[in-house]
Amino acid sequence: MTRTRIQGARILDPLSGRDEIGVLDVVDDRIESVGRESAAVPDEVIEASGLWLAPGFVDLHAHLREPGQEYKEDIETGTRAAAAGGYTTVCCMANTDPVNDTPAVTEYIQRRARESGAVRVRVIAAATQGLRGEIMSEMAGLAGAGAVAFSDDGSVIMNAAVMRRVLEYARGIGRPVIAHCEDLNLRGSGVVHEGAHATCCGLPGSPAEAETSMVARDHELARLTGAHLHVAHVSAVRSVELIREAKAAGVRVTAEVTPHHLALTDETVRTFDTNFKMAPPLRSARDREALREGLADGTIDCVATDHAPHALYEKDVEFTAAPFGVVGFETALSIALELVREERMTPLELVDRLATRPARLLGIPGGTLEPGAPADLVLVEPERIWKVESTRLTSRSKNSSFLGRELRGRALRTWVGGRLVFELGEESAR
Amino acid sequence: MKHLLGIEGMTRAEIERVLETSEAMLEISQREIKRVPTLRGRTVINVFLESSTRTRVSFEIAAKRLSADAINVTRAGSSLSKAETLADMARNLAAMSADVLVVRDSVAGVPHMLAERVSVPVVNAGDGCHEHPTQALLDAFTLRQSLGSLEGRVISIVGDISHSRVARSDIHCFTKLGAEVRVAGPPTMMPAGIEVLGVKPCFSLEQALAGADVIVMLRIQQERLDGALFPSVREYSRTFGLTQRTLALAKPEAIVLHPGPINRGVEIASDVADAEPSRILEQVTNGVAVRMAVLYLLTGGQT
Repeated sequence: MTRTRIQGARILDPLSGRDEIGVLDVVDDRIESVGRESAAVPDEVIEASGLWLAPGFVDLHAHLREPGQEYKEDIETGTRAAAAGGYTTVCCMANTDPVNDTPAVTEYIQRRARESGAVRVRVIAAATQGLRGEIMSEMAGLAGAGAVAFSDDGSVIMNAAVMRRVLEYARGIGRPVIAHCEDLNLRGSGVVHEGAHATCCGLPGSPAEAETSMVARDHELARLTGAHLHVAHVSAVRSVELIREAKAAGVRVTAEVTPHHLALTDETVRTFDTNFKMAPPLRSARDREALREGLADGTIDCVATDHAPHALYEKDVEFTAAPFGVVGFETALSIALELVREERMTPLELVDRLATRPARLLGIPGGTLEPGAPADLVLVEPERIWKVESTRLTSRSKNSSFLGRELRGRALRTWVGGRLVFELGEESAR
Repeated sequence: MKHLLGIEGMTRAEIERVLETSEAMLEISQREIKRVPTLRGRTVINVFLESSTRTRVSFEIAAKRLSADAINVTRAGSSLSKAETLADMARNLAAMSADVLVVRDSVAGVPHMLAERVSVPVVNAGDGCHEHPTQALLDAFTLRQSLGSLEGRVISIVGDISHSRVARSDIHCFTKLGAEVRVAGPPTMMPAGIEVLGVKPCFSLEQALAGADVIVMLRIQQERLDGALFPSVREYSRTFGLTQRTLALAKPEAIVLHPGPINRGVEIASDVADAEPSRILEQVTNGVAVRMAVLYLLTGGQT
């Protein structure tokens, strides 16, 4: 039995409402006690004055690329990057090769995660076979193998009748359906937000209504079916309003927002830099403001990274030819902390959006500092200034929207089940 | 000027410098021996990854009249068909000691991307629906021949504004030179937020042409339309085509430009295209002079 004591940190536990400087004892793989002091004699003491101690973050939306696209990322590199960002659980999307639409693939991913993963990996399986939006996947079998939710993500289920059946069936299994709301016809060839910036730089635009019309459709289908709909990476002001209305009407809807949509606007496309190309696209300053407000007031439940690694050479091409997506694990905390510095959220609310609520809305362990819970922890230095550089990113791919930027706030140490999986190195400390 | 990527990033003074240099270059084209040794020993590579006749030939002639070596690269038969990336191809061309890369591509931003990756000056010869700066410069040059100054002139650009790089470059160029610019076309061809460029959108020819000094007719680019933006060519030509009847809506002395190639009977009637108000062939003549000026200025020429 090993007792590790973390003392002097500001302990943030949204579930209990605890926000105080205190002592947290970990015995082996579990949290043993949390409080102002502890009488037991520890084997190791970690002095953490000036730092925040929180439950490890939980990411509902990531692409780990294994199996099939290990040149972009694999479970080992992806989960190491996640640990460096303070994450202790990440959920991986089904667009692997082969697609995760069978229990065999789900089990393979979980086995690889046990063998090589730095953090816990939870599997989101395909909602339809082959992500084709036609025939639903074997959801019961997938759930039995460990799938925690179902999603076709960017392969949007355009047929409303199929989406209805997917929601109905998933409800019976007790798992949420995660919807990437984007009408692919309305998006057309669009690669950036339709608006003045797209017009000026002559890139094909996709209107916010490509998202909002599908958010509206899926809310109606969630209402019809009683299923739990989770709206992925909300990007538009009107989507936030629709989610607020649906929640008020009692529809079982939750939502996430990405760090890049919280931080950036469509003005970035003026650079023609493909590290600002993602789906949904970065939208207007007004949209971004609504996303920040929605996250702060809880309309949007959580931050999810949509970590989407792509090789440098894949992004180093014409804007329209580049794949959608950016990496996000290692910069998410810094971006979300901006809302705390702007005093729009308390630190406790921030941890709620990064850890507690995402765990609870999937019904998975984590996001709590309750005694007895697995010791999934992160120690954060909220004011640490660091520069995002490709050589310093742990992820195999370096397609970050924040390359070259100085950010504030960083995870210093991350533990999963009491095991230290990340410690910020001296070379990064500067 | 390190590169010529777009009019948007240019100052009025830079535009005027190109136009003034073009005057001297036009004179060269009018000589019996249409060649000067100014760029002897320099290499201009025309990387035309989207089909083009007029602009490619114009750049090639411009380079040759200045005694530069001009090499043309097209997509078919290039290493791009062997899946080489564009960035790698540009690095290779630059490594052969090219002095200027002239780049035409169907995707917006490609010249900018290449300019960041090679140390050679890059000229944008048209990138997707973004910009076509030498076209705007030759349009401005042509208008100054007829009108003297653009200050206070009313210029209407008519057609598929959404998909037109000429429209964007013309808007930047003409507004910087002091003109009042209107854009006209059906709403399906009017891009979101066009007003931020300082122009007035019009949805009828009547509204667009009333009091206009200049009419710029855009080609209806059927190859660019990825959706049905108008019901039929017939309906388009009836509502937005320039004919002797609709030309009369503008000022009596109004002049007509078209970047070419023209669709006779679609956006412009033959009796307008071939008649007095048209400056379409002057545009082509002036295009060579303007491109000579651009190549000269980018390779370190002083005025």
